[in-house]
Amino acid sequence: MANSTLVDTDTPELRESRPRFYELHRMTSKMVKDRLALYALIFLMLIFLSAILASIISPHDPTTGDIWNRLKPPSFAGGYSGHLLGTDQLGRDILSRLFYGGRVSLRIGFITVLFSSLVGIFFGLLAGYAGGKTDTIIMGLVDIQFAFPGMLVALVFVMVLGPSELHLTYALAFNGWMVFARMARSLVLTFRDGPLVEAAKAIGAKPLQVMIRHILPNIFAPLVTLFVLEVARIIGAEAMMSFLGYGIQPPSSSWGLMIGEGRAYFPMAWWLIVFPGMMIASTVLALNIFSNWFTTAIDPLQKGQSG
Amino acid sequence: MATYLLKTLLKALVVVLGVSLLVFVLTRSIGNPVNTMLPLGASTAERARLTHQLGLDKPLLAQLGDYVAGVAQGNFGESWWQQESALTVALRPLPFTIELSGIALVLSLVFAIPLGILSALKPRSLLDKVASTSSMLGICVPNFWLGLMLILIFSNLLHWFPTSGTGGWQYWVLPSVTLAVLPLGRITQIVRTAMLEQLRELYIVTARSKGLPEFWVVTRHALKNAGVQIVTMSGWELGRMIAGYTIAIEAVFGLPGIGSLIVDAIGQQDFPLIQAITFVIAICIVFLNILIDLSYPLFNPRVKFK
Repeated sequence: MANSTLVDTDTPELRESRPRFYELHRMTSKMVKDRLALYALIFLMLIFLSAILASIISPHDPTTGDIWNRLKPPSFAGGYSGHLLGTDQLGRDILSRLFYGGRVSLRIGFITVLFSSLVGIFFGLLAGYAGGKTDTIIMGLVDIQFAFPGMLVALVFVMVLGPSELHLTYALAFNGWMVFARMARSLVLTFRDGPLVEAAKAIGAKPLQVMIRHILPNIFAPLVTLFVLEVARIIGAEAMMSFLGYGIQPPSSSWGLMIGEGRAYFPMAWWLIVFPGMMIASTVLALNIFSNWFTTAIDPLQKGQSG
Repeated sequence: MATYLLKTLLKALVVVLGVSLLVFVLTRSIGNPVNTMLPLGASTAERARLTHQLGLDKPLLAQLGDYVAGVAQGNFGESWWQQESALTVALRPLPFTIELSGIALVLSLVFAIPLGILSALKPRSLLDKVASTSSMLGICVPNFWLGLMLILIFSNLLHWFPTSGTGGWQYWVLPSVTLAVLPLGRITQIVRTAMLEQLRELYIVTARSKGLPEFWVVTRHALKNAGVQIVTMSGWELGRMIAGYTIAIEAVFGLPGIGSLIVDAIGQQDFPLIQAITFVIAICIVFLNILIDLSYPLFNPRVKFK
């Protein structure tokens, strides 16, 4: 706030009326009431923490195997007690690999969607705000890409660039930007001809300023919901690509790759596949529940529809 | 109708051309595939001969010209890996994938429509909660992992169904169930929302007040009007299955569909085959979209094609 020195903004009256603070309070109290969303958020926090602190909390090194303890079942299923969730074909600790794998899966999910949302929102804002030919061309591109066999294009992409984490991120982002473009555009259209934009224009705001400073904050909430949903989708897509061998490459690991590598020893060593799959499913589920909650918390009118 | 068809076909052409062009550009930027096609000890002369034979020594624009001219005649060239027409190779496994996806779609519709209707009739009831929770679960579980779990339980533990391959009806059960779970969840939700919308309409009140049994009110009136949305979603799901989900499912169950062929073609870096497959799949999706559009008048006679 550049003008905060001119007006005293810290009077009790103003503090009361601050919408953001009020929003946050309302949202947190709603969260406590909505048990499922609360559990989902706690679970997500645990997953994030375990990914960030993987190097501290992992009981073993994820890449060095213990050759004498290969394919040991989880300790609760009668295995060697030093490995809570068992070991893989090289004697590597599954639990530690889940922590490190989560790091990769989450990183790809977030960075990919960060790319695709930035590009998509930019083009969506542009199409919606400019209208006319710009709109036709951008939305035409979006339509074409929606008709694309997305996974197929991602596979070809990775084959061409060579499988690596960065290239996988590009390939998946290439298939995700248009979702954001379409949504941002439709949201802009509800604002473009309203008093908000008119007022901004009247005080002399340039088009880019109008788009970023005035329209974007108003359409932020639905975009956040979409962002979370897309992260969930990308985590699933990354898992599938890595499972097929066109994603993360060993010795690096992700949940999807763990399933792919464990397949050869399946069904004898079920723990190689069951645990990483459960991690993917529960993370994706928690993200979905969270985004559902976020939509209703931001916009009470939605409550009746999603009931 | 004629303008509609012309417009749709034009749009379809742009999509198919766009996909083909993208794949062309992508595959040509990979570098010379000859190195991976010949044995390690191949001489420079051999490499040059094969490069020339495949037309890879021409300028990129000339290659593109050849490619477009070929596609216009339905000719994608020889598959480098299979040594026969790439289009033939690409078309061979297509019926299998379409059959598998079709079975999965029918399977999901058989459960999704009654579930969606019942949830809409009694919103917030126990059934509604169970249905929406399980749809959510179905959407969140990665389907290739689900397939592996089903193999673990129903093949290895219970010995009810074979683990992989093709054959009698037993071989179709696990793959089609796995494939059906995701569309089942999403279509149930669509049926529920569409039915909720329709059941609020005035014509439902009319139908009820003239004494029509509730069963006919729901099926003949509400469901028919919700049909447009259900068909759109189903067609979309079928397209997604053919162009995406079957890749992982066929890999898990070792099935000879177009999904496995994609993975093989990419592994072999077989450009003509990759191009033929993407072309075939793009055509399938475009055709499917046209079919969906054309089905709308069945549900709503007011739909006009412009």
